[in-house]
Amino acid sequence: MARLAILPLLALGAVLVAAAGGLPRVGDPESPAATHVSPRYIARGYEETGATNLVTGVLADYRAYDTLGETTVICAAGLACWLILGGRSRGVGP
Amino acid sequence: MNSGFGSPALDAASRLMTPFMLMFGAYVVVHGHDSPGGGFQGGVIIAACLILVRLVRGRAAGWVMPPETAVVLLCTGAGIFAGVGLLGPIFGGHFLDYSALPLTLAPAEVRAAGSLAVEIGVALAVTGVLELIFDVLVEARDDA
Amino acid sequence: MTPAFDPLAIAFLGLMIVGAIAALSVRDLMAAVVVFGAFSFFSATYFAILGAVDVAFTEAAVGAAITAVFFVTAIFRTDRGAD
Repeated sequence: MARLAILPLLALGAVLVAAAGGLPRVGDPESPAATHVSPRYIARGYEETGATNLVTGVLADYRAYDTLGETTVICAAGLACWLILGGRSRGVGP
Repeated sequence: MNSGFGSPALDAASRLMTPFMLMFGAYVVVHGHDSPGGGFQGGVIIAACLILVRLVRGRAAGWVMPPETAVVLLCTGAGIFAGVGLLGPIFGGHFLDYSALPLTLAPAEVRAAGSLAVEIGVALAVTGVLELIFDVLVEARDDA
Repeated sequence: MTPAFDPLAIAFLGLMIVGAIAALSVRDLMAAVVVFGAFSFFSATYFAILGAVDVAFTEAAVGAAITAVFFVTAIFRTDRGAD
């Protein structure tokens, strides 16, 4: 059975290698990710957010809603770990 | 794991490293606007420092936080983030719009101040979560 | 701008693949955690070569330090063998 799993693995690898040929080159200024909103952020980011590090400017200001969701997910994960593994001080569970 | 792995060499090394790790974590959080870093990375570094002290010295280190304190910390962090976001609509802007904050600074500096508050909230939340997960992993029930 | 076939990037990609295969094939779980930490550092260096310093920072802090500590703690709570 473990040897049978090699076949779909190889098929998946072939698909991924074939798809990687269609990716834009690293740092390509013509790639779709670099042509829509990125020029606006790069041109106006410093004067609008005061952030020399554009990554922080985008994460904490332009895309703060995403970061809020990410923080909520992290908190939910921590609370879930506490509820599943903890509980010794509350005297519940098996 | 209440006793830790304390040998004299580990104890001395951790005592030497702890203040620098805490200071570097705070620097990464506060200076994230101008250098690589930010709330998430700084929070991870501060949590790594707390976990190091806990691993070396066990529960004997007095300032290791119990899980309830970690929960308070992570909820405080998320609350700071959402609270700063809610200040926008209160002062007549949009949600998470820091430029509406009533500070007497240049517009870019107002947004930078809002981002800094948000980063501090993220750092508190990440520190609390990592501490909490480590603590419940170490202290999990033996019959679980 | 980094060229797409930077030899340094290719070298670290190869090291990442070797590290991933080694982490999967090692029988001792503790050794697997150590190899996984090395894999995290290779991938952090790869991100830094590509110019994504923030991502490299996060990968080095979370992948190499915190994840390794959590894995080691979980191994101490359970058995050490892989099967």
